[in-house]
Amino acid sequence: MKKVYARPAYCMNCHLCEVNCIVAHSRSRDLFRAYKRENLRGAARVIVEERLPLSVAVQCRHCDDPRCVAGCISGAMVKDPETGIVYCQEDKCVGCWTCVASCPYGAIRPGEKNGRPVPLKCDLCREADEPACVAGCPNRALVFEERRAGA
Amino acid sequence: MPTLSLMPPEFSVARDDNKCIKCLACVRQCGFDAQKYDAEDDRLYTIDANCVNCQRCVSICPAGALTIYKNPPPMRPNAHWTEGHLRNIVKQAETGGVLLTGMGNDQPFPTYFDRLLLNASQVTNPSIDPLREPMELRTYLGSRTEPVSREERKDKTKTPLVPIETPIMFSAMSYGSISHEAFESLARAAKAFGTLFNTGEGGLPADLYQYADHAVVQVASGRFGVHAGYLNAGRVIEIKIGQGAKPGIGGHLPGEKITAPVAATRMIPEGTDALSSAPHHDIYSIEDLKQLIFTLKEATRYQKPVSVKISAVHNVAAIASGIARAGADIIAIDGFRGGTGAAPTMIRDHVGIPIELAIAAVDQRLREEGIRNQVSLVAAGGFRSSADVVKAIALGADAVYIATAALIALGCHLCQKCYTGKCSWGIATQDPYRSRRLNPEIGAERLYNLLRGWSHEIKEMLGGMGINSIESLRGNRLHLQGVGLNEVELKLLGVKHAGEAM
Repeated sequence: MKKVYARPAYCMNCHLCEVNCIVAHSRSRDLFRAYKRENLRGAARVIVEERLPLSVAVQCRHCDDPRCVAGCISGAMVKDPETGIVYCQEDKCVGCWTCVASCPYGAIRPGEKNGRPVPLKCDLCREADEPACVAGCPNRALVFEERRAGA
Repeated sequence: MPTLSLMPPEFSVARDDNKCIKCLACVRQCGFDAQKYDAEDDRLYTIDANCVNCQRCVSICPAGALTIYKNPPPMRPNAHWTEGHLRNIVKQAETGGVLLTGMGNDQPFPTYFDRLLLNASQVTNPSIDPLREPMELRTYLGSRTEPVSREERKDKTKTPLVPIETPIMFSAMSYGSISHEAFESLARAAKAFGTLFNTGEGGLPADLYQYADHAVVQVASGRFGVHAGYLNAGRVIEIKIGQGAKPGIGGHLPGEKITAPVAATRMIPEGTDALSSAPHHDIYSIEDLKQLIFTLKEATRYQKPVSVKISAVHNVAAIASGIARAGADIIAIDGFRGGTGAAPTMIRDHVGIPIELAIAAVDQRLREEGIRNQVSLVAAGGFRSSADVVKAIALGADAVYIATAALIALGCHLCQKCYTGKCSWGIATQDPYRSRRLNPEIGAERLYNLLRGWSHEIKEMLGGMGINSIESLRGNRLHLQGVGLNEVELKLLGVKHAGEAM
C-alpha cells in the first residue's frame, strides 16, 4: 500500500505538515476558521520530531499487524482490509488510550472532538488522493508512495 | 564595542494578528533570529534589528500574516549623504572593519542593456515563427582556428569544441560559498538541459562527479580541489584571474564554512580559512598565463578547452587580446554587476566596468586583430532576462554565464548577507539546519524551468529578427540600436542610435 515516507535530509522543521493536517481534519477545512474558531491547536496527526539540525515528521505506519488494533478494547480501531489504512471509528472509542500506549512509533496522541475522546492518528486523508501533509510540504520532505517491503 | 549602537533597524516586520495562527514557522525558519516566540506569554514578536529582509518568513507563513517594511531613513533626506553612506559610517565607527557585502553591485550606474533595443523583421526579410520552424540555440565553445578538413587533425594541440544546447551557462559558485544542495541543483539542471555549470574555486564534491561532463572546472589562485582527476573529469577548464564583483581581490572563505565535506573537496584542513590570493603566484605576465594554459592542456591531453576568466576592467580589450594569444580557447569576462558571496562593499560598488561596454570592446578588438575566431567570448555579470542575453550576444558574446539569476530561481531574495553564512534559504550556508531547506530536486527543476523559459524567449526574439540560429546573431550589432546614449557610448558599443538609418 502507499504510505507516507519522510525524507529527513529535506525536512526543514517548519511544521507546516502539522498545520496542513490540522486544517484537513478540521470541520471547516479552512486555515483561519480551524485555528481561530475550532480550537484545534495541537490536534495534528503528524508530529515533527526534532533533534536539530535533524527533524522528521512521524505519522502512523499503518502496520501490517497493528498493535493499536490488537489492543483496542472497544473494537474502534480497525485496519481497512481493502486499503490497509488503520483508522478509528470515533463513535466506538471509549478513550482508554491503549492504542496510544501500544503504538511503537508514538504516532497516536490522545485528543478530543465534540466532547468525545478521539485518538489523533493519521488516516492518510482517506477521502483525498494525497495526504494533506504530503501535498503541503514545501520541500518534498514527505512523499506518498508504494515501497517494497524492506526497501 | 560601543555600548550604544547608533544603527537603527533597516527593516520592520509587521504581523497581522488577525491572520497569525501562531504555528511558529517564521520563528523556526528565520536564519537571522529576528522572529521570537515568548512561550510564557504565548506571544510572537520581532527583533527588527536582526531582520535582513530575506523574505523567508513571509514566504513560509501559511497564513500570509507577515509583511516586511523598509524603515524610513534615520536622518533627514540628503542627496549627498545618502542613507547608505550614513549606515556605512556608523557601522565602521562601531566595528573599525572593512565593510563587507554579498551579491552584486547595487549602485545606480547605467545599465546599458536597458538602453539598447532589438530589431524585428518586417516585409523586407520575413520573421520566423519558432513554433513552426526549427530554431538553433546550440552553440559551440572553444577555438575555431582549424580549417574544415576531412583528414585527421594535424595540430594535436587543438582542443575540441564544446557544444551547449542554449547560450546560457551557470557561472562560478564554489562549493563552500554555496551549499551542497545549491551546488547539486546547478549540476543537475545543467546536465538535464545540456549546458554547463561552473565549480568555482572550491573543487567538485566526490558525489557530484556524475555531473562532471557538464562542469567547467575552475582553477583559481588557491588551487583548491585541483588534481588530475578533477581536471580530466570536467568538460572545460577555467583559470580564474578575476571576478566582476571584486576585481583585483582574492577569495576568502572563512573557517566556519570549511566543514568536513568542504575541507575534503578543497583538500585543506577542516576549519581553516580558505584564502585564494588576489594574484596567481605563478602568473605575473601573459607568458606566465600561457604556461599555465598549456600545463593544463598537457595534463588533460589537449581534450579540454581552457577558459580564462577575467573581470571587466579598464583596458579590457588589450588584456583579452593577450589572453587569446596566450592560447586560451574561451575568454569569460565578468562585468561589475557580477555577484559574490562576500566582497568589500567599496570594491564591489566602485571597481570595474559594465559588461556591455567590455564585451563590445573586446569583440571589436579581437575582430580588428583578426583573432576573434581563436576564442569564444562568454559574458557574465548581472544578466537579468533573456533580453539581456540576446543583447550581449548581439554585442559579441558567444554565450553568457548567469549566477545571480540562478540563485534567485533557487529562492535567493538578494538580502546581500551571504557572507554571514546564515542564509535562510539554504543557499549560501554550510549549516546543515539551513542547507536542507533547499531540496536539490526542486532546485534543479526551478533552474531547468528558468533555462527553458529564457531559451523559448530567445527563440522568439531571434525569430522576430528573422534569424534562425543563435550563432548568426553573434556580434550582429545591426540588430541593436541605442536610446539615450551619447556618441562615445554608441561608438564603444558599436551601435547606431534608434531611428538612425542603417
